[in-house]
Amino acid sequence: MLHLAFDISHLLAGGLVVISFMLLYQDRLYSLLNVYALHAVVLALAVAWQAYIQDAPHLYVTAAIALGFKAIVIPLALHRIIERLGIHREIETVVGIGLTMLVGIGLVALAMVVMLRVTGGAQPIAREDLAFALAVVLLGLLIMVTRRNAVSQVVGFMSLENGMVLAATGAHGMPLVVEISVAFSILIAFIVIGIFLFRIRERFDTVDVIALDQFRGERR
Amino acid sequence: MALIGAFVLQLLQMLLVLTLAPGLVGLVRKVKARLLRRRGPAILQPYRDFARLLRKETVLADNASWLFRVAPYLIFAAIWVAAALTPTFATGLLFSWSGDIIAIIALLGSARFFLALAGMDIGTSFGGLGSSREMMIASLAEPAMLMIVFSLALIAGSTALSTMAEYMASPEVGLRVSLGLALIALVIVALAENARIPVDNPATHLELTMVHEAMVLEYSGRHLALIELAAALKLLLYISLIGCLFLPVGLASANAGVAALLWGLVAYFVKLGIGGALLGLFEVSIAKMRVFRVPQFLGAALILGLLATLLRFVSASF
Repeated sequence: MLHLAFDISHLLAGGLVVISFMLLYQDRLYSLLNVYALHAVVLALAVAWQAYIQDAPHLYVTAAIALGFKAIVIPLALHRIIERLGIHREIETVVGIGLTMLVGIGLVALAMVVMLRVTGGAQPIAREDLAFALAVVLLGLLIMVTRRNAVSQVVGFMSLENGMVLAATGAHGMPLVVEISVAFSILIAFIVIGIFLFRIRERFDTVDVIALDQFRGERR
Repeated sequence: MALIGAFVLQLLQMLLVLTLAPGLVGLVRKVKARLLRRRGPAILQPYRDFARLLRKETVLADNASWLFRVAPYLIFAAIWVAAALTPTFATGLLFSWSGDIIAIIALLGSARFFLALAGMDIGTSFGGLGSSREMMIASLAEPAMLMIVFSLALIAGSTALSTMAEYMASPEVGLRVSLGLALIALVIVALAENARIPVDNPATHLELTMVHEAMVLEYSGRHLALIELAAALKLLLYISLIGCLFLPVGLASANAGVAALLWGLVAYFVKLGIGGALLGLFEVSIAKMRVFRVPQFLGAALILGLLATLLRFVSASF
């Protein structure tokens, strides 16, 4: 039973890392959002599975939050933002896809080396969840670094947050209050960023963050 | 006596792959035709084509060297050996100790090398174009294939295909994300290596982006028959490889009884049927890629292979 439990959580957490790679690979905004929704669904499944094997009912609430907010509300809202900004045909990456993917692989390897060494005494499932969660967080950061469009940077940020939730549920005994407050702060951050996007757009006529660099007087 | 029995089984496998390969090609064509609402040629049509090609006269270009004449036999021999060493209906056959997956990749690689040389031998522009593209695809597909082999060999603890298939059939494999990734990557590599649709179109001689057909454009008669048969064998090889590693249902071991072997044979036919039907379905539902997008397609396979290896290390460290 323990073996199967481990295998399934390995499958779901590994799937999350793979979907992070798909996020890294997508260069069209709508498909980026669809993949992000998939990311959130897999996260919800992983969290629900943790709730089942840890026998911790409050994690089901976390899973429901992940499913409701991250898989449905936020992608729909971002969809509307993209429609209203009229940027659905834009394609942008700073460096080439190939190089990004190689850097991504390097980051995953780094996350595994670090986490497996640091968490020597912990339970196997927790260790493995932490390693994959760190990989997802680093990949989220990479998405934010390699994108120029503010909307896809938001998606990178949200996927990073998914990694944090994975790490938190892998470790035993995170209180529900913390979880709910994190979820709401993410939602508020999302709203703030959404308003911010429209402000950037109003002022600079674009959501390309290069415009901000130029406004600060930096040269490319 | 036991030695003779083992020898007969191995011989049976060699003849089996040879006789089934054209039928598989016919099946894929039939499925594609039916899905396009055409009637399509009979499944036996490739056999008739080969028989006709073997009877036909061989035309050689004036400036063809010995290499051009020898290459078809080399290619056919290398691929036939590789296909005969892959477990199809039973593991642990007489020569299965040499059925190492890296050796099989090397055999396929040498066949491809000779095909590319033969494509350039006559000196026509089409042949050279096909050869250079084939080499570009190969240089991308082989690293991906090696990564897949590494991850599978790490999981199974061996590179001998028979041992790997036996391990995959045992219940201790469990659910592994690495295996899923390796399967997707292997399917991508198999599509590219067999010149199937997203990478190359096997049904045309006219397209400017063709790869495999461009190289064999100058061949005729029995040479062409051998090369086409080798291509069919390669397709069969990849489907049996995927079947024995990822769907080892019904795979008999060589010293099992006749009933188990027959059951393995039936299971193998079913696997080939499913593989051919899925290939046909996939090919009608996707468009061919631009040549310059092939590196991205195969790069995805490489990344998946790398990820499979990495993820396998996480689960192995406990």
